[in-house]
Amino acid sequence: MSDKSAHNRFVLTGVGLTAPGGANDPAEYRRRLLAGESGITSIDLRYMGKAPAGICSFPETKYRKKKENKRGTRAGCIGVYCAAEALSDAGIDFTQYDRSRTGVYIGLTEHGTVETENEVYNISRFEYNIDYWTHHHNPRTVLNNPAGEITMNQGITGPHYSIGAACAAGNAALIQGLQMLQLGEVDLALCGGISECVGSFGIFASFRAQGALAEHVDPTKASRPLDRDRNGIVISEGGCVFTLERLDSALARGAKIYGELAGYAINSDARDFVLPYGPRQSQCMRAALDRAGMQPSDITIINTHATGTRQGDVEECRAIREVFADCPRTYANNTKSHIGHAMGAAGVLELAGNLPSFTDNMVHPTINLDNLDPECALPGLVAGSPRKLEHVDALLNNSFGMVGINSVIIVKRFVAN
Amino acid sequence: MTRDEIKDLILEIIEDIDEDAEFDNLDADAPLRDQLDLDSMDFLDIVMELRKRYKLQIPEEEYPELATLTSCVNYLEPKLKDV
Repeated sequence: MSDKSAHNRFVLTGVGLTAPGGANDPAEYRRRLLAGESGITSIDLRYMGKAPAGICSFPETKYRKKKENKRGTRAGCIGVYCAAEALSDAGIDFTQYDRSRTGVYIGLTEHGTVETENEVYNISRFEYNIDYWTHHHNPRTVLNNPAGEITMNQGITGPHYSIGAACAAGNAALIQGLQMLQLGEVDLALCGGISECVGSFGIFASFRAQGALAEHVDPTKASRPLDRDRNGIVISEGGCVFTLERLDSALARGAKIYGELAGYAINSDARDFVLPYGPRQSQCMRAALDRAGMQPSDITIINTHATGTRQGDVEECRAIREVFADCPRTYANNTKSHIGHAMGAAGVLELAGNLPSFTDNMVHPTINLDNLDPECALPGLVAGSPRKLEHVDALLNNSFGMVGINSVIIVKRFVAN
Repeated sequence: MTRDEIKDLILEIIEDIDEDAEFDNLDADAPLRDQLDLDSMDFLDIVMELRKRYKLQIPEEEYPELATLTSCVNYLEPKLKDV
């Protein structure tokens, strides 16, 4: 990002989201985060029974008919809502942009698991006769499905595809959008992440088999990253889509600017299927800072990725302490403590939760942190109640995933120069 | 099943596919696709629903028999006479 002309600066101008617990717009989501509310409830899963989970409740027929929702996927339904809300929030009605020059880039941890499980269950009621297997299976499970459902709903004829990057996928989609703007492939990028994971018993069962599924008698207390008594991940559904534009285009149309995407990095651990690796995470944070031309002390808020697993939280906190060793004005929080782990949507939902800090100068708290794990101690960790700052200049958003993928996004307060 | 019951069955299946479907001015002898928001995938849904409910196997070459409400009834009447 060495060319700093307005044509080569990229800004977030619209946010559409649905977060677990019923927060369906940025303001309501922010209110709940600042109030320290949990969006986690309990789900009753096929074969498995109850587990804590983050479930979204949003007006599903606001932007398309129930018939289309039934034909499509839950991920598509979430995506259509979030994309339409983002465009509306950005004030874009495609008089400013050409639909053929608009790209849709959606990060997914996985896709097709829910639909496949449902279909196998369906034919189990017909003695596994595949004559009863639905013709909707393939269009529902192709990996571009959620992004494609957005293009159909909006009439967008530019490129669309999914970014598969495990739980780093939301950040990865933002990076993809930025790069496509940089390359001149598109003029407007709709980028974000979606999770429909709560529809899959298999995803819950796999985390349980791994000893990494959170349990708690009170589901609102189940997601407790960094806490000594954490016992795993709370799986959530959700979605968040941003409109990302070149600064010159955004200024020309008088857009509201949430923040400037200043730096990013993705790297790979190249070590293990599931275990995270702090040293590579710190390399990733440093690479993002380098690309942004920033020092660690320039970061005001770190959104930690920490999911509530024993090793993952420790690895990340060690990496953060190493990079931000002497940054007394850098604060950290954890958004998953409120909304659980929204998988492919995690990075972007967590970024959207922190973005309002540029205007309200607040750091939303980490909740359920009753007994801090000493190994997860971070200087500047905000817990229990929000913290008011004089100024918020930059956010660093960590998002890591299985099979060793790390992503970091840096968003800074927009300052015209 | 009587002809009226078959007609109600088809409309019920269509309503399940699209709850916004309006049947008030439906011409029973005109193609359903011209009058309702139905496409080829929806017709496959109708075929699948008949299979699930009555174990009816409708060969692909006979799908045109489901074009209008009247042709549906004519086609299904012998197949559902014992239901």
